[in-house]
Amino acid sequence: MKQLQKQLSSWSWEALLIVLLLLTLVLGNALSPYFLTPFNFSLMSESFMEIAIMSLSMTLIVIAGEIDLSVASILGLASVMIGITWSAGIPLWLDILIALAVGALAGLVNGLLVTRLGLPSLVVTLGTLALYRGLAYVILGSQAVSNFPSAYTNFGIGDVPGTLIPWSLVVFALLALLFLVVLHRSWIGRQIYAIGNNKEAARFAGISVNRVKLMLFVLSGLLSALAGVVFTARISSSRADNALGFELDVVTVVLLGGINIFGGSGSMVGVILALFVVGGLRNALGLAFVSGDVQNIVVGALLVFSVLGPNIAQRVRDAVSRRRLAAGSSAKKV
Amino acid sequence: MATASKQAQKTSTTPRRTGNRLVVLVSRVRELGLLVVLLLIVLVVGVQVPQFFTLSNMIQILLSVSILAIVAIGETLVILTRNVDLSVGSVVGFSAFLVANTFKQNPHTNLLLGILLGCALGLLLGAINGLIVTWGRVPAIVATLGTLYAYRGFDFLYAGGNQVSASDVPDSFLSLATTPLLGIPLLIWFAVLLAIIFGFLLRSSRTGRELYAIGSNPDAARLVGIRSDLLVFGAFAIAGLLSGFAGVLWGARFATVDATAASGLELLVIAAVVVGGVNIFGGSGSIVGAMLGAIVLSTIDNSLSFLRVSQFWLQAIDGAAILIAVTLDAFITRWVQHLLITRRQR
Amino acid sequence: MTEPSEPIVELAGITKQFGTVQVLRGVDLSLYPGEVHALVGENGAGKSTLVKLLAGIHRPGAGVIKIGGKEVELHNPIQARHLGIAVIHQEPTLFPDLNVAENVYMGRHPRDRFGRVDWKRMYREVEQLLASLGVHLNVYAPVQGLSVADQQLVEIAKALSLDSRVLIMDEPTAALSAHEVHELFAIVRQLRERGVAILFVSHRLEEIFELAQRVTVLRDGVRVATAPISELTTEEIIRQMVGRALETLYPKSAVEPGEVILDVRHLTRTGTFEDVSFQVRRGEILGFAGLVGAGRTEVARVVFGIDRADAGEIRIGGKLVQMHSPKTAMNYGIAYVPEDRHQHGLVMDFSIARNMTLPILRQTSLLGLVNQRREREIAKDYSAQLQVRSSGIDQLVKALSGGNQQKVVLAKWLITNPSVLILDEPTRGIDVGSKAEVHRIVSELASKGLAIMLISSDLPEVLAMADRVLVMHEGRIAAEFTHADVDQEKVMFAATGQVTNGYSQ
Repeated sequence: MKQLQKQLSSWSWEALLIVLLLLTLVLGNALSPYFLTPFNFSLMSESFMEIAIMSLSMTLIVIAGEIDLSVASILGLASVMIGITWSAGIPLWLDILIALAVGALAGLVNGLLVTRLGLPSLVVTLGTLALYRGLAYVILGSQAVSNFPSAYTNFGIGDVPGTLIPWSLVVFALLALLFLVVLHRSWIGRQIYAIGNNKEAARFAGISVNRVKLMLFVLSGLLSALAGVVFTARISSSRADNALGFELDVVTVVLLGGINIFGGSGSMVGVILALFVVGGLRNALGLAFVSGDVQNIVVGALLVFSVLGPNIAQRVRDAVSRRRLAAGSSAKKV
Repeated sequence: MATASKQAQKTSTTPRRTGNRLVVLVSRVRELGLLVVLLLIVLVVGVQVPQFFTLSNMIQILLSVSILAIVAIGETLVILTRNVDLSVGSVVGFSAFLVANTFKQNPHTNLLLGILLGCALGLLLGAINGLIVTWGRVPAIVATLGTLYAYRGFDFLYAGGNQVSASDVPDSFLSLATTPLLGIPLLIWFAVLLAIIFGFLLRSSRTGRELYAIGSNPDAARLVGIRSDLLVFGAFAIAGLLSGFAGVLWGARFATVDATAASGLELLVIAAVVVGGVNIFGGSGSIVGAMLGAIVLSTIDNSLSFLRVSQFWLQAIDGAAILIAVTLDAFITRWVQHLLITRRQR
Repeated sequence: MTEPSEPIVELAGITKQFGTVQVLRGVDLSLYPGEVHALVGENGAGKSTLVKLLAGIHRPGAGVIKIGGKEVELHNPIQARHLGIAVIHQEPTLFPDLNVAENVYMGRHPRDRFGRVDWKRMYREVEQLLASLGVHLNVYAPVQGLSVADQQLVEIAKALSLDSRVLIMDEPTAALSAHEVHELFAIVRQLRERGVAILFVSHRLEEIFELAQRVTVLRDGVRVATAPISELTTEEIIRQMVGRALETLYPKSAVEPGEVILDVRHLTRTGTFEDVSFQVRRGEILGFAGLVGAGRTEVARVVFGIDRADAGEIRIGGKLVQMHSPKTAMNYGIAYVPEDRHQHGLVMDFSIARNMTLPILRQTSLLGLVNQRREREIAKDYSAQLQVRSSGIDQLVKALSGGNQQKVVLAKWLITNPSVLILDEPTRGIDVGSKAEVHRIVSELASKGLAIMLISSDLPEVLAMADRVLVMHEGRIAAEFTHADVDQEKVMFAATGQVTNGYSQ
């Protein structure tokens, strides 16, 4: 019985997210008759796959007790790399490889600054957020490259033949499955949790803390670049300001998914659920002609309440039990 | 008794002096370093482009520093307590549009009332941040990331795609930024005055010292009876208030305001504070440092246009400045730690 | 010693409950001015709760607290402070970024007539305060660079500046070396002579006999005895603490040492230790005595690959080895039970099972995936072997007592099947009962042929358990003794640097 209760309480966050997801569906249906159509679902999932891909690696980084705010800038830089190499006449498959390599390199720089110099990742990636976006501007300025071959742009907006499943969703689903297994079943995942809980104890247990963290930052850079490849294909345009500010969405999704901002706890299932909550909400509001900037009110509030809500509930419970206790003890006195 | 303590003082004189000097040196090394960097930039650019040295350009630089500096003062208070406020850019933008739009709708609004309106909005938004963090126990980075979104969203909701331009607002509003006093625009005086007031409070008031204590060791602060929640709330509220005031000045200086005003300003503000040597994890740093940080960043910005470097470089350089500053900080901290420990062993 | 007339603090019939757990049941306690009152008891006996009640952190469920004869209710730490109660917690609660003077006066800075902080006066007053204690500390130095002992002194200066009438010291010596303890005691005696009432909580009984006039023993939240120290013996106190006579605190079986397994030659790490050489044989317990900061933990860290040596050699089973990381050390069969369980030993939010298998995660994995069945089998096996008391291997280690946590750390390392086991302060802060159990386990391991390095500041422990004792002083090995010819005095002489001509054999 106790075991069951424990199991339930450890899943309570995911349960809450499922309720939120259902509410989102109800709301979406109320706002627009098009919301609950397969076509809309196809469009919707396509529209937040970049954020989805980046939040996979962000989840691991936050569980390990770090953060990477530079993901959207790496996406932008990767997008610019594709554009500039394509304009230079280099074949597309090589452009994509170069973009991925640049992303991994950018992640490596983050990781080296954090692990070799022991700098706080919050500040380092705030710096590289500006630096990488700045480099994107330096390279491409305010121009855009958009004469990509249709094979590439079709990948961005196309579906698996005969279905309404976007290719980018397939990419994400495969990655998500991989990350789910790695985080929750493999020794690497266990090491990541140990590092986030107590990195010194992890080091004393023979875990190469710095190597794991370095690997996570490189992975984050790589996946951000991959998101850049997907994004560039989807909007068929390479620009320096692509995906500006997406880091906020990514962090929001991860925290809403129940990952502790100080590391050490949370689950991948929660993050994936949170993805669909945020994506669904944005889509529903969009169908109701609410602009993206105003949608941010809802997303921001959701982020705050994801932590505030449980805290307030706890406070109310404490206050009630205190009052009960006080009443009890005063009754005893009488 | 008296002679005994005097004797004790006498015997402790030598180690005290040297210790004192070391500690003072270390606490100033950041500010001195920044000053040197500033001088170097000014010299290098000034030698290549003489116009850089003109009074009007100096004022131009200080004008662009001022708004950044006022927001950085508030951010410093918050960061000293081991928190962070990411929503300042949204508060500045919202306040700027609200005040500018108010003057557009009612050109006869009392100037002071307009200023107060911006300040009040800032105070309210800052207080909301403070409440979420202290009463709601939400980590500051999460709370203010959320309100960064939300406040900007409300700004868009209110603005609805409209824009206010210089011709829409009364000149008295615009003069808030430009009216010279002793040859220097009012805007700069505001920043100087606020820096002096808050620099003094942090150094010489109990409350100021208590902010450091909270950031240095929150648990210990509670044990010695510091009302941490109240002070952290106060720091957020004041950061909001100063951002609100900075918003008013933003409107007055740029005159053309829409809902995107001051987007991403939080990044520049945190860069200034961090470059100025305020520890991002609280407990150490000064207003003087933060101000120097703001001046260095703005001077770099200004130099770029003189050196005919594309403005596209600006963001990359700001990012590099943050990285260089924290890297140097790490080395200085290690060096100091080493000094203190070897001194202890001796 | 004259019998003081009026107690300054009187607790009567204090009870306290957390949830359903009764922590204190009707405890009485009186503190007299000019007297050191020792409070002893096993972990979980209710000592810390009692301290926290007096500090105003917790409030009693029932009972009366009287200060200076007046009944009071202590709502918060500040109020307790105003009533003249100062508490020195186990870990100093200071502000690392701020200097010594400001730490003493935080929240109460002296101010001039404009309300500004009067820095000059503050520095002057703190200097005088420290001088009156006979302490030399730089009041301008940030606390960050101070040793734990110096930080304790800052805490004491803080208590004095408040004119405290009651000083509560919660295990103040846990992190101090013998020498530093000696200095601290001199200051405590000075305070006693000034008429301060002192409540002294400690696990080290010999300290209590040295310092206290009166002892109160708690067991399971009940006061089982209060008596003048002169009327008690160590054995009696232990019996009252554990509720039974302990057969032996130091079960040590004689083992014939085997071949040399760990051979360290001229090991040097600049600034921390120099030219350290020693050998450990199979089945041997090699004790490391010395003051805190003498370099013992630092040597262990280098042997385990956490820090790098600047010179010297480490040989395992005769083979020269470069220790790059803890992983390398583990591969060569070295295990290290660190000094600080909370920071280095355990992942507090992990279960017993997950903590135990952390060092061998990769070995229990198949194709990168953790074999959870095997993991649980191993954890169950070792929990039983070491008699870890818990609700099961899925219990989080943060919910365990100190002694049981230490057993989990031991298990975690025994699972790696080491040939050399380094124990760094293995019984610090754990109660007498668990201490005896840890000693029994260590003794058993040695008899099974493990080579053991035992670093401990608990002298009786080193003397009783070790086959040989090395004494370190300021980063060098100052002396070496065999089990037969070692005694407390010799070790102390060597540890404080009073043996000038090296080895004293």
